[in-house]
Amino acid sequence: MIQTGLNKVDLIFEQVNPKDVLKKAYEMTSEEIIKQILESGLKGRGGAGFPTGLKWKYTAAEKDPEKYIVCNADEGEPGTFKDREILDRVAYKVYAGMAIAGMAIGAKKGIVYLRGEYKFLLPKLQRELDIFHKLLSEVGFDFRISYRLGSGAYICGEESALFESIQGERGEPRNKPPYPTTSGVFFKPTSINNVETLVTAVTIIHHGAEVYNQLGTKDSRGSKVFSVSGDTPIPGIYELELGMTVQQFVNEFGDGDTKAVQVGGASGFCVPRKKFAETIIGFEGVPTGGSMKLFNSSRSMYNVLHNYLEFFVEESCGQCTPCRVGCQQLLKGIEKVKKGEVKSTYLNELMKLADTMKLASKCGLGQSVGNAFKTIVENFREEIIY
Amino acid sequence: MYSVGNLVKELAEKYGRERDSLIPILQGIVERHNYLTDEAMVEVAKELDISAAEVYGTASFYTFLDTEPRGKYVIRVCKTITCMMKGKNEILQTLEDMLKIKVGETTPDKMFSLLETNCIGWCHKAPAMLINEIPYTELTPEKVVEILKSYMKK
Repeated sequence: MIQTGLNKVDLIFEQVNPKDVLKKAYEMTSEEIIKQILESGLKGRGGAGFPTGLKWKYTAAEKDPEKYIVCNADEGEPGTFKDREILDRVAYKVYAGMAIAGMAIGAKKGIVYLRGEYKFLLPKLQRELDIFHKLLSEVGFDFRISYRLGSGAYICGEESALFESIQGERGEPRNKPPYPTTSGVFFKPTSINNVETLVTAVTIIHHGAEVYNQLGTKDSRGSKVFSVSGDTPIPGIYELELGMTVQQFVNEFGDGDTKAVQVGGASGFCVPRKKFAETIIGFEGVPTGGSMKLFNSSRSMYNVLHNYLEFFVEESCGQCTPCRVGCQQLLKGIEKVKKGEVKSTYLNELMKLADTMKLASKCGLGQSVGNAFKTIVENFREEIIY
Repeated sequence: MYSVGNLVKELAEKYGRERDSLIPILQGIVERHNYLTDEAMVEVAKELDISAAEVYGTASFYTFLDTEPRGKYVIRVCKTITCMMKGKNEILQTLEDMLKIKVGETTPDKMFSLLETNCIGWCHKAPAMLINEIPYTELTPEKVVEILKSYMKK
């Protein structure tokens, strides 16, 4: 194999003694736990990258005695499947991460929102949760976790839509502010964290922030689990140190003919071959919740974009006009360009529409549609037109 | 005697009668009956003391809370990018040929419904589909025939 310079890491799936980690955290004060997480530089692993320590700090500062830890296990981003793998292999670490977060912010209740597509995992996860609850009693920390199942709505991965769904409503995002740290599920202060973030918190408490801090770059500390799919001979789950370039990634995972990599799923960015070397995968370059899709030269980027837009048309909650109508018009627009019903310069109008959606949409869904749209159209314009 | 009203009561005992009990109750009905009938939604509304419009409004938001008749086995073939690249259309064609129905339809014996769905999180083992909640991955037309035959025998 070619020397790629990729550093494979094994922290997420590493087996730890959950009781030891819980005891260690339980002996720390809330401030000490939060300080460790802040010093580690951990940013949310769902994709948005908000510093986890700050999220915990803000929630801890709230006076309401009723607070919640919510684990966002509604991974629906096309090309992401890491959370399923994490839950399947080390669910106890997810639970431990929730309990540690509970200690940090002063919450007694945790809720895991599991996407309906992963319902088959639930009986096993529930058995493991029963064992974990016994462990918590032994440690002496009063904290209980329960499950909620999604029902096939991508938008419920958006935090405020997820809260609405738990509360038995349509999964429509709320206006922000107030942010979840003040008013989350049941309108109580809530720290909502991605599955992988919670497991990483366990790693940080277990090994110490200094150890974790040595991995990655200034803006992207630590390692991350990547979901690799598309035109690659070795699709699957890989935990890699952050800070690599797309070129390094392609050297390892490509099939020798990679023309583009979609980083971050349908709501992420398309990186064309000419930009592989200069693009860093991380918060200083292209951020990702872990979805990495490789496309070789046999693929039509028009088909890729068309598929993404169909996805967004169906998954937009329809609440705000820029997203509902914008998604439909982008899809219709590229179809018209392809058929030659409008001039190719119509794409420039569509690019403006994508910008408007970014500015005017209520939540992350509508704001991100333009990422894939613009990066694909900018880099593969001829494939969209002809 | 069994009635959907009794099932709703049973589920309400289990999950409670608060607003946040609504989705677990609806999921429980779908698990048993494959979809939500108008009658079932009215019963839920009565049990939770909310309007039937609220129940329908919530249910119709969620793809898996079907308000249209579905068969005993709901097949959902993933149509998102990687599954499309790895031969989703052939899988769909095989299913349509075997079941003699098109996407969106249910067999006359009410055993199978064939649907397409968005990313189900098996991109590294594409193409993939769900039959009720069970995932099937790395599908080939041959494999699909075997899987479907095993369901037809059930």
